[in-house]
Amino acid sequence: MLENNGGILLNIEDLKVVYKTDLETVEAVNGISLTVMKGRTLGLVGETGAGKTTTALSILRLLPSTTGRIERGKIEFNGQDLLKLDENMMRVIRGNQIAMVFQDPMTSLNPVMTVGDQIAEAIELHNGKMPHEEVNRRVENILQMVGIMPQRRFEYPHQFSGGMKQRVVIAIALSCEPELLIADEPTTALDVTIQAQVLNMIKDLRDRLGTAMLLITHDLGIVAQICDDVAVMYAGEIIETGTVEDIFIGDWRHPYTAGLFNSLPDLRSQATRLKPIPGLMPDPSNLPNGCVFAPRCGNRMDICEKEHPKTVQKAQHRLSCHLYATGENPRRRDVT
Amino acid sequence: MQEKNVPLIQTIDLRKLFKLKGGVMLHAVDGINIEIASGETLGVVGESGCGKSTVGRLILRLIEPTSGQVLYDGQDISKFRGRQARDMRRNMQIIFQDPYSSIDPRMSVIELIAEYLFIHRVFKNKIETFNRAAELMDMVGLARRYANSYPHELDGGRRQRIGIARALSLDPKFIICDEPVSALDVSIQAQILNLLMDLQEEFKLTYMFVTHDLSVVKHISDKIMVMYLGQCVEIAAFDELFENPLHPYTNALLAAIPEPDLSRRNKEMKVIRGEVVSPINVKPGCRFAARCDDCVETCRERDPELIETSNGHFVACFKLKR
Ligand SMILES: Nc1ncnc2c1ncn2[C@@H]1O[C@H](COP(=O)(O)OP(=O)(O)OP(=O)(O)O)[C@@H](O)[C@H]1O
Ligand SMILES: Nc1ncnc2c1ncn2[C@@H]1O[C@H](COP(=O)(O)OP(=O)(O)O)[C@@H](O)[C@H]1O
Ligand code: SF4
Ligand SMILES: [Mg+2]
Ligand SMILES: [Mg+2]
Repeated sequence: MLENNGGILLNIEDLKVVYKTDLETVEAVNGISLTVMKGRTLGLVGETGAGKTTTALSILRLLPSTTGRIERGKIEFNGQDLLKLDENMMRVIRGNQIAMVFQDPMTSLNPVMTVGDQIAEAIELHNGKMPHEEVNRRVENILQMVGIMPQRRFEYPHQFSGGMKQRVVIAIALSCEPELLIADEPTTALDVTIQAQVLNMIKDLRDRLGTAMLLITHDLGIVAQICDDVAVMYAGEIIETGTVEDIFIGDWRHPYTAGLFNSLPDLRSQATRLKPIPGLMPDPSNLPNGCVFAPRCGNRMDICEKEHPKTVQKAQHRLSCHLYATGENPRRRDVT
Repeated sequence: MQEKNVPLIQTIDLRKLFKLKGGVMLHAVDGINIEIASGETLGVVGESGCGKSTVGRLILRLIEPTSGQVLYDGQDISKFRGRQARDMRRNMQIIFQDPYSSIDPRMSVIELIAEYLFIHRVFKNKIETFNRAAELMDMVGLARRYANSYPHELDGGRRQRIGIARALSLDPKFIICDEPVSALDVSIQAQILNLLMDLQEEFKLTYMFVTHDLSVVKHISDKIMVMYLGQCVEIAAFDELFENPLHPYTNALLAAIPEPDLSRRNKEMKVIRGEVVSPINVKPGCRFAARCDDCVETCRERDPELIETSNGHFVACFKLKR
């Protein structure tokens, strides 16, 4: 792991999560390990179904109780294993120390309560009873901070646009000054100019409050602009992780990560054809033996279909791929 | 007549106003003039609600314009009757963002792909029709083993391939692609974009490609139109638009894209204030004025006209006259 042990806020080790229904067992998260350092932002990237949301819900212990189950692993927050806490203690952690923002702001807002009252409720929940004027002042501050006129506190969520709602949700999440903010695709539903407003606000508040963040996204652009560290998730596994520099310009590159970059149309040059990754992510109720990426990989070797690759590490850059396990490490340009 | 220069699709001052409760008018599309030459792709970008899909529906005559015209091969489509109207319906097709919302979920893949062939009685019998549908599956890269599957059993990429096969089934000349890749993951999005470009080349298709994603639109388009609140604010060749964006809104859009490039990491993301409002009872003046840093008095008083600043590059902004 990382040398600087004092700096670790969240440490997940060998986490395995399944959804069990009467029809099948979905192996949504398969023995992942990741670390969020104090004050840093980790981007968790991957395509639909990779297991990102499941990871986030596991941290907060909010998996659907009937089907979702954590089979093994450790989730340490400030050195304390969250999986060992009882529900009462978890409730204290949620909202106070770890806050979560979802893609759809309406999952977090109450449609029949004014926006101002909802912010006030969050403030009082966190700080205990306060004089009325003090609460009002803080509500107005928060709205101002996220660029919404304080007069609009008397309005209901449906009177706000998507971007405004998401800003309110983020403001509420940050109003209790959590140590960790988990944001699950917070801007995916927004238009690009509104996304830019929300991202700027997140960056601003994060820097001001020193909040650490787990930012879930499928957008490598957002990762490049906002994150310090990156974990790339594929079919329930973290196949590569490191600093943004490791992932974007480092010597090593996992073939899947390379495929993601090759799939992006480039804004600055126009190639006539894109280089997509062929095929589809495997069905998590029926995962391949060996490397999970093997069926789609252009660098596939015989061993890839038989053995699960081990994780190799250089400083904080880690990846799981047989190409790198031989000792003669390929450079990123050799990976297709 | 120099027939070569007649665009395949042209709109003249196309307008669609929706009447809402209380008699207020919503200007969904407010005076759009476009020309798409045969074999070309016109990209249409803009934020949610700016009228992109409405332009598409007007061109296909799925809705009636309030005023203005749509010309197909130089002829006003509202005047088409009988055979001409039927041909036009075959020649102009649409692919939606979520093909699921536009198809009958109880039909199997092959039935869905054969649906238009049956409706238009293209073949004399069932066997020929299904053979053609199977060919279409090959064409869009959908393995024949999915012929009897139902769309809900398939992933988004394959569902989109069904939508594309349906659109292609009647050998159209023109296809409106309305956010066809917006709901897909990037690796699948790239597969579908390549497919659309290959099909265009093979069948000499003409596209109008609607999207909110600027990198996608740049990749696929010859010309790009930027829309804001029902109007065209800028239109230019794809490279010209990106190298020399002139309208403040185009610049704002370009500046707002988070680029997957570390060298731009520390540049301040330029953010424009405010948001798109709905185009209800619009006042005269530039629709972008309230969000624009370059706004002066004139901008709030009069509508800026589209002016040609260089060959084929049109911009509607008073700044250019100053
Ligand atoms: N049938 C209708 N009745 C009233 N208003 C409508 C109707 N259809 C569309 N509108 C309005 O017209 C405007 C343009 O809508 P349109 O669907 O064309 O936008 P769009 O650019 O395609 O947006 P998106 O990116 O969200 O798909 C919007 O303000 C919309 O609410
Ligand atoms: N409640 C659930 N019951 C059964 N399977 C689920 C449930 N939630 C998610 N899954 C499955 O688990 C896998 C991971 O999903 P998810 O964590 O939502 O991925 P992501 O957020 O990366 O898109 C997917 O195959 C998904 O279909
Ligand atoms: S282990 Fe083999 S199949 Fe998997 S990513 Fe590496 S080269 Fe490709
Ligand atoms: Mg998710
Ligand atoms: Mg639309």
